[in-house]
Amino acid sequence: MSEKLIDLKDITKKFDNTVVLDDFNLYVRENEFVTLLGPSGCGKTTTLRIIAGFETPDKGSVIFEGKDITNLPPNKREVNTVFQKYALFPHMTIAENIAFGLRIKNKSREYIQDKIKYALKLVNLEGYENREPDSLSGGQQQRIAIARAIVNEPKVLLLDEPLGALDLKLRQDMQYELIRLKNELGITFLYVTHDQEEALTMSDIIVVMNQGYIQQIGTPTDIYNEPQNAFVADFIGDSNILQGTMIRDELVEILGTRFVCVDKGFGENKPVDVVIRPEDIDLVKPEDGIIDGVVTDVIFKGVHYEMCVMARDFEFIVHSTDCFPVDSKVGISVEPFDIQIMNRPQSEDEKAVEIDV
Amino acid sequence: MSEIIQKNIPPDAGAGGGAALMVSPRKKAKLLAAPYSIWAAGFIIIPLIMVLYYGFTAANGSITGANVAAIFSPVNLKALMLSILFSLVSTLLCLIIAYPVAVILAGFGRGKSGFLSLIFILPMWMNSLLRTIAWQNLLERKGVINAFLSSVNLPELYIINKPPAIILGMVYDFLPFMILPIYNAVSKIDPDLIHAAKDLGANGFQTFTKVLFPLSLPGVISGITMVFVPALTTFVISDILGGGKILLIGNVIEQLFTQDSDWNAGAGLSVVLMIFIVISMYFTEKYDGGEK
Repeated sequence: MSEKLIDLKDITKKFDNTVVLDDFNLYVRENEFVTLLGPSGCGKTTTLRIIAGFETPDKGSVIFEGKDITNLPPNKREVNTVFQKYALFPHMTIAENIAFGLRIKNKSREYIQDKIKYALKLVNLEGYENREPDSLSGGQQQRIAIARAIVNEPKVLLLDEPLGALDLKLRQDMQYELIRLKNELGITFLYVTHDQEEALTMSDIIVVMNQGYIQQIGTPTDIYNEPQNAFVADFIGDSNILQGTMIRDELVEILGTRFVCVDKGFGENKPVDVVIRPEDIDLVKPEDGIIDGVVTDVIFKGVHYEMCVMARDFEFIVHSTDCFPVDSKVGISVEPFDIQIMNRPQSEDEKAVEIDV
Repeated sequence: MSEIIQKNIPPDAGAGGGAALMVSPRKKAKLLAAPYSIWAAGFIIIPLIMVLYYGFTAANGSITGANVAAIFSPVNLKALMLSILFSLVSTLLCLIIAYPVAVILAGFGRGKSGFLSLIFILPMWMNSLLRTIAWQNLLERKGVINAFLSSVNLPELYIINKPPAIILGMVYDFLPFMILPIYNAVSKIDPDLIHAAKDLGANGFQTFTKVLFPLSLPGVISGITMVFVPALTTFVISDILGGGKILLIGNVIEQLFTQDSDWNAGAGLSVVLMIFIVISMYFTEKYDGGEK
């Protein structure tokens, strides 16, 4: 495992008595693509701005390569930011924008020219040197913003919802583009987004945040398949979240019926939250499943059908390529390893302790 | 649907009635612009023609260039040069004072800008003549300021009737006209541009010279025009704070009209002044355009 590059220790930040980050701890290793994911107001952008130096934490420290940089101004930090709305200098050409950081550092004319060429090639915008930022499309401007940041060879590239202002198709293209860039440059990307699909596609590590706390840290597969609590399960993709009781190891009771599962170590007769992903539910003939239900709604989604199945007063969302018409009686069947058991916090205190990873 | 359309345009509507209602958009625009055209003609174009007429004719009505050429008389030339000098100095002072204020007002200083903006806007609610007279009282040899200075055993200030008093008056009167356009320009700048500059390694001074100032330039230029032009033509400030001892070009023109009743000579010098204003506006416009 490589070194810790950024280490945030006990960061607390308040804006007008609203706590945005509370005793926040997070470290980022070299050469990782780390995504801070969460709804708006969860503190993800504030975290990024604290690392960039635009905000100072009320408490705690920012360690960069072992040195405390909490009070270092942004211009002295070895990080560069890509802003959501690009923030290209409108009074400069593309070349001047890219050269900005290098000119400040008094690099030679030849070095700057080479770097501009290299950066434009990297973002597939060769020949755009003398264009004005306003004459470029949103996607092109964003590429230039990335080029302007990376010519400075930062140790970390901070990206604040950089694809938020682009349309869907462009956003998907740019996701591949960013993965490619990260692999070519070999630098750490710290990415902020509220879009779970973006996070799942690009990240090595996802940090799910809510209300200033980290909810879960893990690889995209971990986060999706084994959410640690109901918030994560709900935020990442569609899910059926049910309240259940852990009878004993590998046996859970949901809606009055006992399901075999693979989770252990929750104790006996403990209340838990249970997540079943819509695509993990098999609809079978009535009596063949574990619980019987009635289809109440069917929507065709292209890749699959999305069906609502009412079973014992709980509405399951089911994704399947087979279509069951409305009002048909079905059986619900789930494989044991598709049932994900999560601790249910019993109090606010426990909630805080649990998510303070 | 078709019924509604038929109701709107009765089939038996006469051709004449229809034509009166169906005014082309172009004509409609002209009609709407009529009040402004009348205003512009009555209060701008016609007076301008009259100034030009008086400026280029002698008292007996014959055409002459003497009124305009009178600017080259030593007294008039000195007044014009003094006017230009005073307006340049006060414009520069206004810029130096106004810029930081505008930046703070725009919220870049993160201060409480509401009270501050009130401080700078409030004097504009008062008549400028009154404000100038107030300064006269403050600056007088036995005025408020000197009374205070002598009471605390400090040397007294004798700037009344001297150039510094006039420049002070100009700066005080015209400062809001510098602050407002700069404030407008600065408040439109995306704060992330400032962040981006710092993020790329620029210190405070570099951020100012490379990003903040260039982006606020349109505001600076309209501020300069809005201060320089009235400062160049003022006669009230120099009259009150200069004690009639310092003649600016505005005072010369005013005296020609009011004391000498020589409208032709006054108009002639006004034409010269207008030429200077047009030239200065041309340069500021050109500089503004060149930056874009």
